[in-house]
Amino acid sequence: MTTVALPRRRASGAALPSAAPGVAITYLSVIVLLPLAALLWQSQKGGADAFWQAVSSPDAAAALELTLGAALLVALNNAVFGTLIAWMIVRDSFPGKGIVNSLIDLPFALPTVVAGLTLLTLYGPYSPIGLNITYTRTAVVLALLFETLPFVIRSVQPVLLELDREMEEAAASLGARGHVVFRRIVLPNLLPAILSGMALAFARAVGEYGSVVMLSGNVPFSTEVASVHIYSQIQSDYVTGATAMSIVLLAISLAVLLSISALHRRSSKHVH
Amino acid sequence: MFTKLGLRFAALAYLALLLIVPVGIIGAHTFSGGLGPVWDSLTVPDAVKALELTLEIAIIVVPLNTVFGITMAILMVRRELPGKALLSALIDLPFAVSPVIVGFTLILVYGQQGWFGSFFVDRGYQIIFSTPGMVLATMFVSLPFVAREVIPVLREIGTEQEQAAATLGARSHQTFRRVTLPAIRWGIVYGVVLTTARSIGEYGAVAVVSGNVIGQTQTLTLRVSQEYQNFDHTAAYTAALELAVIALVTLFLMNLFHPRKDR
Amino acid sequence: MNRVQVRIAAAGAVVLSLAALAVGCGGGSTADAESQGKIDLVAYSTPETSYAKLIPAFNQTSAGKGVTFTQSYGASGDQSRAVAAGQAADVVHFALEPDIARLVDAKLVSPNWDQNQYNGIVANTEVVFVVRKGNPKHITSWDDLVKPGVEVITPNPFTSGGARWNIMAAYGAELKEGKTPAQAQRYLSDLFHNVPVQDDKASAALQTFTGGKGDVLLAYEQDALLAQESGADIQLVYPPQTIEIQTPIATTTKASSSAKAFVKWLYTDQAQTILAETGYRPVVSSDESAFARAFPDAGNPTLFTIDDVDPGGWDDVMTTFFDPENSIMQKIEGSIGVSTSS
Repeated sequence: MTTVALPRRRASGAALPSAAPGVAITYLSVIVLLPLAALLWQSQKGGADAFWQAVSSPDAAAALELTLGAALLVALNNAVFGTLIAWMIVRDSFPGKGIVNSLIDLPFALPTVVAGLTLLTLYGPYSPIGLNITYTRTAVVLALLFETLPFVIRSVQPVLLELDREMEEAAASLGARGHVVFRRIVLPNLLPAILSGMALAFARAVGEYGSVVMLSGNVPFSTEVASVHIYSQIQSDYVTGATAMSIVLLAISLAVLLSISALHRRSSKHVH
Repeated sequence: MFTKLGLRFAALAYLALLLIVPVGIIGAHTFSGGLGPVWDSLTVPDAVKALELTLEIAIIVVPLNTVFGITMAILMVRRELPGKALLSALIDLPFAVSPVIVGFTLILVYGQQGWFGSFFVDRGYQIIFSTPGMVLATMFVSLPFVAREVIPVLREIGTEQEQAAATLGARSHQTFRRVTLPAIRWGIVYGVVLTTARSIGEYGAVAVVSGNVIGQTQTLTLRVSQEYQNFDHTAAYTAALELAVIALVTLFLMNLFHPRKDR
Repeated sequence: MNRVQVRIAAAGAVVLSLAALAVGCGGGSTADAESQGKIDLVAYSTPETSYAKLIPAFNQTSAGKGVTFTQSYGASGDQSRAVAAGQAADVVHFALEPDIARLVDAKLVSPNWDQNQYNGIVANTEVVFVVRKGNPKHITSWDDLVKPGVEVITPNPFTSGGARWNIMAAYGAELKEGKTPAQAQRYLSDLFHNVPVQDDKASAALQTFTGGKGDVLLAYEQDALLAQESGADIQLVYPPQTIEIQTPIATTTKASSSAKAFVKWLYTDQAQTILAETGYRPVVSSDESAFARAFPDAGNPTLFTIDDVDPGGWDDVMTTFFDPENSIMQKIEGSIGVSTSS
């Protein structure tokens, strides 16, 4: 970071009204932290034993394992294809690009039911392309890939738009090949955005319910994901189990998010 | 050149299989019975009410989450805060919570037997199973987007231009409006679009706190499931298409905002 | 603008947003919920079609003139939980009795709710087999479901009330055929080894089946009849013996007099005929012919009730079969995992 001394606070940080941090953090607390506190409070009601039993039972462990594995796979896959697609939309030009760009956000706008249904039509028993992968673990990943598609694309895109092309051109004029320019110049600058998108995709994949439940088949030990397991515990009036499982998912997600932001800071130190 | 074509092909094939063909299927299903039934299911009073409610929630949630997101992004990138890493992770956390649990926790806090339930009930306000509860659920699930979109851009643009402006005597809010805001605009654009899309599309969390009363607390998304279940596929797909159109219109409107530079 | 103005503007934005929230709250005020002529109906998913006809008919009667309804439909367990958490309801109609029992525990429904001629049951249906057109796998009996290579679709018993009926139907049918409880449990285990998909709700299982997965679906007769009427390529097969699904209805403790009048009216010949025409088996005996007229192809299997399977009724069944920590179904689901994932 730069060390130029500035009058009062640094740059745009100063444009915020002085009450801003307080208001923003209060908002975060009311909307997010308060409900999560209620969750935590509820989960310990049954005592530590009940908590442990709920998350370590074989079916809970199997569901957690599947969920985390699938989420990781999905985040990595998004990093590659999301960056590629963002790159294509910003730097490439081909007929229909505008349409492609405007469709990217649809996975969020479409209710998960519809997402599930259309993916079922395309990849289910009556698949027009002869590809039946529903009711398997692959289908879990497929549903999650659909639901998390926009994250990396939409976080890389604005950075790519703001990215100074002069550096790339300079490198290219000095004889650097395309992939070298990409690896040495573009990628380091995109990395924070890619990581940010991955973190979101991972978090979303861990929590997703609607589309997964339609595509996975929900067979315990095989295709039942954590959020479906949680739902079944709520339906059985086994609140301790449901909240305990959510807390574990949250803790793991928090750990992953923290390590991503740690990675973030390390990488941004290298760049700037 | 070949690698470029190859990459383009790979990216487009991926998008086609995962997104474009499925969305095409929705379009095809919607109009498979002709325009008449589509128009009918668009104009049924319950459908109109569902659209209104969906928009009402989005209109409350999106601006609030946008202002929060921008503020948070600036705080995170431009100011020294204790516990910044934790705060940053907390912003993302809402996604990791299963939608069913989001609804469940809101009931724990604001439900009849919840922490603050009696406070509101005594004053004649119903939070859960009414619009405020649905707004809270939607805020929760769509909170991270704007901050997450803006933070990388703010990092990327650095502080040089802002400092130059300040050195030239610009006041901080002038710098913000003239230098920072235009620079982070694409981040805001996509943040708002994603927030809107997620706000109108959320099912699980809203389903738990809405009560799903037809013509009153039923959003478009809830309507889609109900109509599909009743084998009224045209009505279900029409509502789904309405949601897609809202998302597209948002993107279009956001692109109008500051129509200069790039593309 | 100077700094102060910026702050004022920011403050203004916050106030506006809060005002918007308050407007939202105002919309949710409970003040108008007390009026006499309004009934909040909360029901499980499948009777929606029936109520679409019942409500206009009720409005034609002298008791129902001018009465307005709000209607909410969803999975039975979800709906019951919502009412327990404060959703406004005058009349509740669920898929199984434990969902009403939850409201009795929450003091929202009188413990005497089932003290009437019909034990609180407003309509019946039964568990049937749904197969592909032409019944290509020749499925006619419960034994056919556990044959190798037959894929059975039923929802997950821990998330779906419908699934619980299916399991009690299978288990009860085995007992009726003279099997011991141990043999009947063995049968359930074999059955679940043939289940490749366990959806979260009965309605989702029906979608899965009509979407092409599986050879036979266990479903509510009423649900299957409606699906067939709306053009799904399916056929109903009646097993020799099956369970009678009794769907309970109750008014809540704060129900208006019109809500009570409505529930009373539901037991009239007129209302029971409408229920029969929309696929339910009427509970008023004088109306049994209405169902036969509307669905002449429907079979008439030997029926047993939940109390025949277990004299302790649902109370008992919920603990022995569906407790998430230690129950028959929990063990069976566990055994599936062991054999498929290793």
